[in-house]
Amino acid sequence: MNDQVTTSPTTLSLHLTINGRDHALEIEPRVTLLDALRDRLHLTGTKKGCDQGQCGACTVHVDGERVLACLTLAAQVEGRSITTIEGLADQDGTLNAVQAAFLEQDAFQCGYCTPGQIMSAVACIREGHAGSDEEIREYMAGNLCRCGAYPHIVAAVRQAAQELRS
Amino acid sequence: MRDFSYLRADNIEAARNAAALPGAMLLAGGTTLVDLAKCGVAEPATVIDISHIEGLAAIDVGADRAIIGALAKMSHVADHAGVKSLFPAVSEALWQAASAQLRNMATIGGNLMQRTRCPYFRDPQNFPACNKRAPGSGCSAIGGVTRGHAVLGTSEACIATYPGDLAIALVAFDAEVDLGGRKLKVEDFFLAPGATAEREHDIHPGEVITAIEIPGSAAARRSTYIKVRDRQSYEFAAASAAVGLELEGDGRTIRDIRVALGGVATRPWRARAVEDALKGKTLAEDTVRKASELAMQGAVDHGANHYKIALGPRVIARAILKLGATA
Repeated sequence: MNDQVTTSPTTLSLHLTINGRDHALEIEPRVTLLDALRDRLHLTGTKKGCDQGQCGACTVHVDGERVLACLTLAAQVEGRSITTIEGLADQDGTLNAVQAAFLEQDAFQCGYCTPGQIMSAVACIREGHAGSDEEIREYMAGNLCRCGAYPHIVAAVRQAAQELRS
Repeated sequence: MRDFSYLRADNIEAARNAAALPGAMLLAGGTTLVDLAKCGVAEPATVIDISHIEGLAAIDVGADRAIIGALAKMSHVADHAGVKSLFPAVSEALWQAASAQLRNMATIGGNLMQRTRCPYFRDPQNFPACNKRAPGSGCSAIGGVTRGHAVLGTSEACIATYPGDLAIALVAFDAEVDLGGRKLKVEDFFLAPGATAEREHDIHPGEVITAIEIPGSAAARRSTYIKVRDRQSYEFAAASAAVGLELEGDGRTIRDIRVALGGVATRPWRARAVEDALKGKTLAEDTVRKASELAMQGAVDHGANHYKIALGPRVIARAILKLGATA
């Protein structure tokens, strides 16, 4: 276009790539990625905790990096590759090493923060920020667990990091 | 959240043109804008998405200076090998800020535009009076719960604390912000509230931050950022200090020192009185502690934030002594 800006009316037609699949959406510009995932696409694995960027329950990956879906506009991630907890296991149902470690270490109680914890942990290990318990605690600090399962969460991240390194 | 129209700018010229539209606000990482739109504080008519502009995320670090593109992510700058070795206080300020997820979203330019966390500012439904949101309406914080509020640079109009970490390090090392058409010191980019609390930055409609530039120095190479807070991680500073130190060949006389404070002032706060008191002096704990007290000249508390007047100098002294011990 001449003015080199893509303008929008009240409703946007978007294509989002989620877990390798293309999804077409008609939404208002203000709709967050979190609401688009849960309310429009019925991918309810991503949880809504605080809805204001403070708890980490809505953590997803955009182009492989962990971000908060509640502070991301759906419109902003058109053209990016989005991964949610539903896209983490293999096609045949084999769990990701982090998912398996959370089960083995009993790293949750009520489970509400767990999808966010797991998405965050996968990225934390990939970033190289799971080198010690201290580093895991620092780089997982954006995911709150009100049941207080933190010691088991750290154990699960440590175990998965060791498995993925070996 | 009030609805808005959405524009995606493909290049910086388009962003500048769109940013000049009435009611337009720029969207980069979204961690401030989307949050404040949900609180009812930001009510953009148009959101200009600049996050897809190419070529604005480069991190170029040399011994003489670092140039960091406005769209570089906080996490990428924090983990950059050149930043870690030549500007350690910058890396430390970044990785101690927010959470890993927020640092993957938030950009360096957006970080400079971060707004205060003053709970009264963030809650228009319950606290209509706020000179930052509605000039002339008053300040709900004065006379309210002030534990997190500023003790330096306040006015009768506003006592909101500047919440960021990165800018504290930038101010200590004389960094500049590049607005395309003009460059200015980061220190001058942030405005004290005075009688115009609604103006926090020296930026005009149609201007877009393109980069920040940090001059290299011996003090920047030997620098640190110490952040003291109510919990160990993922929390704003109760008080923080960015300090850089250069010693003479004797290993104990201070040739150059840079000191800036966070968490205690209305804007990133350079403590030149502390620097002047220490230049040419021998590095010793007594001298450092006494000089650090000078950072609080002119401090005014509002009761619950009185502790910051004692805490600020201790954080500065801890940072200087830590650097002195790692010769």
